[in-house]
Amino acid sequence: MQITLHLNGATHDLDVDARTTLLDALRHHLGLTGTKKGCDHGQCGACTVLIDGRRVNSCLTLACMAEDAQITTIEGLGSPDRLSPLQQQFLDHDGFQCGYCTPGQICSATGMLEEIAAGWPSHASASLEGPFALSHAEIAERMSGNLCRCAAYTHIVAAIRQAAGADDRHEDAA
Amino acid sequence: MTRHLRVDGPNHDDRLDHMAQGVLGQPLNRLEGPLKVTGRATYAAEARPRNMAYGVLVQAEIPAGKVLEIGDAPGALAVIQDKRMIHYAAQGQAEKAPPSGPERVEYMGQAIALVVAETFEAARHAAQNIAIRYAPETVPVIPESVTPELPPKKQSATGDLDQAMRDAAVTVDQVWHTPSQMSAAMEPHAAIAEWDGGHVTVRAGLQMLSSNRKQMADALGIRESKVRLLAPYVGGGFGSKLGINAEAVAAAIAARELNRPVMVAMTRQQVFDLAHRRSETRQRVRLACDANGVLSGIGHDVLVSNLPGSEFSEPVTQATPFTYQAAHRQIVHAVSRIHRGCAGSVRAPGEAVGVTVFECAMDELAEAAGIDPVELRLRNIPDAEPVTDRPFSSHKLAEALRDGAERFGWSARKPSGQRIEGEWFIGMGMAAAVRVNMLVESRARVTLHQDGRAIVETDMTDIGTGTYTILGQLAAEMLGLPADRVEVRLGDTDFPPAAGSGGSFGAASSGNSVYLACEEIRSQIARTMRCDETDLTLHDGMARAGNVSRPLSELIDGQITAEGHLQPGKTEKTHRQATWGSHWAEVAVNRWTGEVRVRRMMGVFACGRVLNEKTARSQCLGGMSFGIGIALTEAMEHDPRDGHVVSRDLAEYHIPCHADVPELEVHFLPERDAYVGPLQAKGLGELGICGAGAAVLNAIHNACGVRVRQLPATPDKIIAGLD
Ligand code: FES
Ligand code: FES
Repeated sequence: MQITLHLNGATHDLDVDARTTLLDALRHHLGLTGTKKGCDHGQCGACTVLIDGRRVNSCLTLACMAEDAQITTIEGLGSPDRLSPLQQQFLDHDGFQCGYCTPGQICSATGMLEEIAAGWPSHASASLEGPFALSHAEIAERMSGNLCRCAAYTHIVAAIRQAAGADDRHEDAA
Repeated sequence: MTRHLRVDGPNHDDRLDHMAQGVLGQPLNRLEGPLKVTGRATYAAEARPRNMAYGVLVQAEIPAGKVLEIGDAPGALAVIQDKRMIHYAAQGQAEKAPPSGPERVEYMGQAIALVVAETFEAARHAAQNIAIRYAPETVPVIPESVTPELPPKKQSATGDLDQAMRDAAVTVDQVWHTPSQMSAAMEPHAAIAEWDGGHVTVRAGLQMLSSNRKQMADALGIRESKVRLLAPYVGGGFGSKLGINAEAVAAAIAARELNRPVMVAMTRQQVFDLAHRRSETRQRVRLACDANGVLSGIGHDVLVSNLPGSEFSEPVTQATPFTYQAAHRQIVHAVSRIHRGCAGSVRAPGEAVGVTVFECAMDELAEAAGIDPVELRLRNIPDAEPVTDRPFSSHKLAEALRDGAERFGWSARKPSGQRIEGEWFIGMGMAAAVRVNMLVESRARVTLHQDGRAIVETDMTDIGTGTYTILGQLAAEMLGLPADRVEVRLGDTDFPPAAGSGGSFGAASSGNSVYLACEEIRSQIARTMRCDETDLTLHDGMARAGNVSRPLSELIDGQITAEGHLQPGKTEKTHRQATWGSHWAEVAVNRWTGEVRVRRMMGVFACGRVLNEKTARSQCLGGMSFGIGIALTEAMEHDPRDGHVVSRDLAEYHIPCHADVPELEVHFLPERDAYVGPLQAKGLGELGICGAGAAVLNAIHNACGVRVRQLPATPDKIIAGLD
């Protein structure tokens, strides 16, 4: 079927099988392999992209469902010589090892910080109303949909907190 | 020119400490980091040759028997059932392909065919709907249901352990079970194969290209020189990509048959079936000591499993012979031949589960003897390897224990069950960390250009280990260049063959080869400078000797290329080589739900020279988190009827997630090991996992008094132990 995707500020017309996920449309049809496939089942977060600013598992989204939306992938967040603040912090904190989960972590963190800004609570939040401390526990809870087998977690959380301007790294020993 | 070194003796001259550039060891960002954080690093399935077709593997639905007939696949380009398709992945460093022939099934889930179609969607649909007729056979799938083999070489005994147990003031005699575990690297195995005449290029997720190339050539029945493998970026390995697997061989066969490039990517579920599992283990540990906690007896009796004919058996007791002293010792290693998926290396084969269980046993002994667990270990550190009397190449366990106890605040630990906060029991636990160290033959080529750029080339892989970065730093240090003047090219069998990434030997082995190549280049520059290589100082593109100082551009005519070739030698026999450390954990156990939260965790490690403080730390964080998984959540459940993996995706097999891992702390002890080559560096990729889970399990006991010996310590098992 013919579909049109609005992606990283550009428009792409594609001819895809109706069963094509957004993830496979990106990887197989558009050559945008920055979005990773770790499970194809919504279990790992490696395929996270931003759809209208919200983080979404692209493996659980059919390409044809995303037609009217603005999609941002890791490639749209920055480039090697123009890193986004989060990308720069991931680099500086070594918030990755093999790098396979990393685009998903960064897209997810980008969306997650927006959720905090919008006042959405999490299981780890002290109150439902906020404001929410950017504590280790708060960030870790909100990022738990993004698995990292290299387990760069400690460095990922530090990177996100720094990018988001959290000051005291050790405020939440518990 | 090739500079060759066999490590036959010690190296005490600390050459790298006398280089001038000052970049080695620094916590530099990863060279390839900007590509990874922007999604530009391309992994196995991430090339798009023109006209590529997609293949999906078809898996056996019987535990053993024959495939009689494979039906049609409407909509597919081809259904490939070729006698060269392999039954399971090659073991690490194997020189031959594993058994092949898709008509014969050895375990449920084995790849028996490949369906290829124009699109991934069409191939998947056809593969899922293909009809297969089998002649199934009944086979054993439970380790305890068969009489195990006792390979003679794997048994050992000294003294009389039974007598020592009878005579001892204090003993422990318990049995632990660990389940099958999966490496579960985030990148599923995938391959893209393309032929050019009689040459095949396979881009795949692989850890050890030089042996993978031999395996692939053998599998396809062609000469090694006709195979090129590419693995520029590998999305994690942890052992699962040590050897070639079904997808890569099938992709190559299909690409030949269809005369076009073919990509085959495993699904996550297929990875659980087809990547090597770490064997489940049953471990009986016997310990005997006197009233002062001095060990007189150590017994480690293990049962593991694998497929019939598969040589690998989880070396559970690998560190047991040399970690602690005792006059009376026994090791029993039994292997059940059953039809579960093939067992092989998963991060720190042996120690990951062996040290973990042994360190739990030591905790039980400390409790029984009324001695502090740290003190018990300190009292039993041998001066030389027990029985053989070989000296240790270096030994840092005592220092790691003392340093860790101090940093972690071990003295504040309370007796079991006495620290309660609301509905949580709080406890602390510790364990020793130990992992054997080895070197593997490795080659690298370094080219220094007149304009002060250097290029490092080797078929080594970077699986997240930091190889690009450390090899770059090493060359920069040796050649006196800023780190950004060095380009590192890896993951291509066109480059000199390296050790590969496995067994924690990658960094030291490939690093030494780069060191040697650079040493040769330095010698050539020294000749031009008319000085000894050891009197030459290279710094920021300048060469200095005495009071002569000249830019490299004047000294080099075009370029200098040299190859380094490292081979392990006598020191691996004359000295017991190991890395050492200590693990510390503080946990909270919920008194009503049995939930365990790791609140704090720390590791202190000694691994010889640290090549990059930042990437080294990351290796340890990863290992320690694996330890949390082993202790608390990870288990591959096998169906007792047919052996198939029930928990075969990431929703059922629980690797630690963000919320499971606290802010981990890592400390390195300064060390130079003289017996492991001029780099004086040892392996680090696995030490972090060895014993980490024991610190967590021992902390659970300290918190609430429950010992879980059937890993992982899930809430149901903890609740069952709480009163
Ligand atoms: S690939 Fe989409 S969540 Fe894992
Ligand atoms: S960096 Fe390897 S999985 Fe996260």
